[in-house]
Parts: sequence; C-alpha cells; structure tokens
Amino acid sequence: MTAPAVALSCSGLVKRYGGNAVVDGLDLAVPAGCCFGMLGPNGAGKTTTLRLCLGLTDPDGGSISLLGRAIPADARAARMRVGVVPQIDNLDPDFTVAENLLVYARYFGIGDRESRSRLPGLLEFANLEGKRDARIQTLSGGMKRRLTLARALVNDPDIVFLDEPTTGLDPQARHLIWERLRQLVAGGKTIILTTHFMDEAERLCDDLVVIDRGRIIDKGSPRALIEANIEPEVVEVYGDGAHEWARVRGQALAARVERSGETVFCYTADGTALLDDLAHRHELRCLRRPANLEDVFIKLTGRELRD
Amino acid sequence: MRRYALPLPSLRFVAVWRRNLLVWRKLAVASVLGNIADPMIALVAFGYGLGALLPSVEGVAYVQYLAAGTICMSAMNAATFEALYSAFSRMHVQRTWDGIMNASVDLDDIVLGELAWAATKALMSGVAIIAVAACLGLAHGYTALFILPVTLLAGLAFAAIGLVFNALARGYDFFTYYFTLVVTPMSFMSGVFFPVAQLPPWLAQIAGFLPLTHAVDLVRPLLLGKWPPAPALNVAVLATYAAGATYCALVLTRRRLLA
Repeated sequence: MTAPAVALSCSGLVKRYGGNAVVDGLDLAVPAGCCFGMLGPNGAGKTTTLRLCLGLTDPDGGSISLLGRAIPADARAARMRVGVVPQIDNLDPDFTVAENLLVYARYFGIGDRESRSRLPGLLEFANLEGKRDARIQTLSGGMKRRLTLARALVNDPDIVFLDEPTTGLDPQARHLIWERLRQLVAGGKTIILTTHFMDEAERLCDDLVVIDRGRIIDKGSPRALIEANIEPEVVEVYGDGAHEWARVRGQALAARVERSGETVFCYTADGTALLDDLAHRHELRCLRRPANLEDVFIKLTGRELRD
Repeated sequence: MRRYALPLPSLRFVAVWRRNLLVWRKLAVASVLGNIADPMIALVAFGYGLGALLPSVEGVAYVQYLAAGTICMSAMNAATFEALYSAFSRMHVQRTWDGIMNASVDLDDIVLGELAWAATKALMSGVAIIAVAACLGLAHGYTALFILPVTLLAGLAFAAIGLVFNALARGYDFFTYYFTLVVTPMSFMSGVFFPVAQLPPWLAQIAGFLPLTHAVDLVRPLLLGKWPPAPALNVAVLATYAAGATYCALVLTRRRLLA
C-alpha cells in the first residue's frame, strides 16, 4: 500500500513577533482528501499558522510544503490550487454577488467565459441562486459566509483553508456550512479548518491538532483524543452548594473533578453512582452527558479566560 | 530577504487594474465630476476672470498659461487621491487586498495594479482637460497629443509617492498632512499658476527638484505646439521619482502587510 499523498506538511515552523514565538516549532502533516482541524484558544497561533502556510508571511524557522510546492518561495503558484475562507469577511462591497465571483476568478487567471460557465454551479452550492445580482450589503451573515465559501471554490481548488468558518453564525447557517464542507470532502477535496467550536471539530474533522501557545499539545481523531484524555462520562453539577457537595461527596464518587465558575464537572467511567447521590439533593441541578472534545480541550488548555 | 527584493510582478496586476476599472465604471459620473469638472471650472473661472486683469504671462494669455498647469495639477490630484484615499479603503478598511492575496496574486502585483490604475486616472483627467482646452482653442498643434504620455508618467510618479504614504497611514486623517504639507505647496511652487521665476531664488531652486515642475515644463510648450527645451531631463526626473517611490512603496507595504 502506498502512503497517502500529503496535501500540506510543515516541520519545525517558527514565527516570532517582537521576540515572542507565536508559532513555536509546529509540525503538521495533512493527508490529501481529509478534513483536518486546528483547535486552540484565542491567540494560540492558528491564524498565523494559516498565513504561514499560504505564504502571506515568512517563517522565522522551519519549512512548509503545500501541494508539493515550497512556501513561501512558490506561494503564488501553490495558491492556484488553494481556496481560502478568511475569518473576517472581505467580500468586495462595490460588487454584486455574481461580480464578486467573476472578478475573483480573474485573480487566478481564469477567463470570463470559463468563470461565467462555473457561476450557476457556485451559486447553487452557496444556496444563492436568487441573489445573483444582489449587493453584498443586503446579504445576511450566513449568506456572506456561503458566498465567501463559493468564492474560495472559483478555481476548483484541491485544498480549502477555512479560518473559523462558522464564528458568528446562527445554528441553521452553521449546519448548512457543515453540510457543504462534508460535501467538499466527499468530492475529494482536502479541508483545513481552524475552530474553537468543539462540536464543529467533532462533527467535521477526521484528524486534528490541539494548539496552544504556538505548540501542538495533542493530536489524533476526535474520538481517539476523547478516549485517550477523558473518562467517558461527565456529570455537570450546579446550583447553591455545588462546590460543597463536590468536596464532600463528588470527589469520592468521580474519577476526577474540575470546577469552573459555579459549575462542577465530575469525570467518571459511569455516572450512575453520582446521579444516585444527587437524587436527594434537590437544591443542585445536574446534567449527565458523554465526554466530548470540549472536555479534552479544557483539560489540555486550562480553564482560565483567554483574551 | 523578501522585504527588500526588487519587484517581482506578474501579469496578475492586470486583474487588479480591471477590478478598479469595473468599480469606476459603476461610479463614473461622480468620479468624473470630482476629478475633471472641478479643475475645469477653476480653469475657466481663473483663466478668464483673473486673466482679464493680467497682462500676458510668459508671452501668452493667462488662460493659456493656466491650462497647461491645470492639466498637470489635475493629473497629480487624480493619481494622488486614488493612491491615498481609494487605495487605503481597499487595503485597510474593506480588506479587499487581503481577499486578493488569498488568490494567486502577490502583494507586489496588487501594489503595481493600484499604481497602474492611479496613473490611468491621471491619464483620464489629462484626456478630459486637453479635450476642453482644445474646444477653448488653447491646444495648438499635434504636439498636444504628446501630453498624454506625460500625464501617464507624471501619474505613475505621483501614484507611487502616494502609495508610500498609503503604506505608512494609520487612518484617513494622515492624508490631510500629505495634502497640506506636500501637495498644496508643490502646486504653488511648480509653475502651475505663475512662473517659478517669481519665487525667491532659494525656493525656485527647491522647485527645480519637484516632479510637478518637470511635468509642467513638458506640458506647457507641448500645448502651445512647441517642443520642450529639455525633455530628457524632465522625463528622467519623473521616471526617477516613479521608480524610486515604487520601490519604497513596495518595501513599506510588504512591511505593513506581510509581517
């Protein structure tokens, strides 16, 4: 069996700003055709890593290969086969929906005749068939994000980078984006996304890395990360006296207890004993659920607030 | 180091130029009014109104004298405005450049596309004002056609200087300094409204280094149907400004956006 082709690889990547390493020795290997996630709190270095991979800033150390081309030396050529959905919308406000797509295609050297023939398919993909001649200012946040995704596909790329693709969207809009991204992976494209939404990573990603302070602190599939790091069940307890209960009873019954604000998180192989104990404590409210990526993330990166 | 490399443009800069052309076509009426109607009104008002009170200037009627200056000044203003306010909107406010750089276009292509576009605006204002001057009987002979490449070259120089300040700007307010401290004094020192010889000698010497002076020195004889006395010097000065400022603009813009 041959090894899968690698869409993106980085080794020993370093980027410093004012002596402060924002990316600090990062190694990545993303096989072609997978959905790869980069998770991390704000300021972890996710966006800087994406900019490095696209050749938009030079690394202070390490090497990058994107679709077999050296970055940043050969970045313009590599980006011919790449689509990007940035974190901040930068659709062209002077243009309509269709003009945004047609003008963007020119940035890849695609002729107007060719891009006009691709237009209906892109509008359909973005659910914007009825908005062809609408101005950007009249679109909702979800429509703008879908148009940005369609714009990232004008050159039929092999790999699509998405920087927090669903931040700021309502639930319906998020689900539509997720469905489209799964469609792209099914169609053979490689997707690399950054997110701090754990449900998004859990749903979409085949493989992911958890980044903090510019370093990879863990990696694997979402399931494998949960199994390796966290007990399978969580009982969340909150209300007056939750902390007192945790000290007296919770710590004895759970494998591990964490506190965040007024909530106590009890990690355990089986939550039944905890729930039996809590059945008599009517002042406390509780929620039993399977452990998820958010629990892993918080265990790995800590509970303190990041700005 | 990439930041100080010579420009490595590709033909992709044409796509950036075309983007700006498409926007201009949508907003052409307002743009024509601002860039072209305004200097023409000033030409007619001052040229005939003030000119009626003046004896001939350098051997010609004042409106004739002023017409050449107006062509150069409006080319300067058109290119400068585009390279400052409009380019800044696209770079910083709308983040249009960020979007373009995610495609197969490098920052060098964008800067050169903006430069070419701003120079095109200078050329367009040159065409319009020469046409009006011709209608007023102020363009004498086919030499006036050579004014067009001059407005383009001057447009490149002023656009490049503008893009240097664009790369340094923190906000629109910054451009007020550039207009007040650079553009306006240059307009009065470069022989647009009155001969440089009227200036105190030390100021006239400084004027000899200003790009606008050299544009005016080329355009004024060409509009009168004559050849400029020292065209090689004038062209060399404008080309030097254009090339030097383009390189500075590239380095500073790379520092700003590719850090």
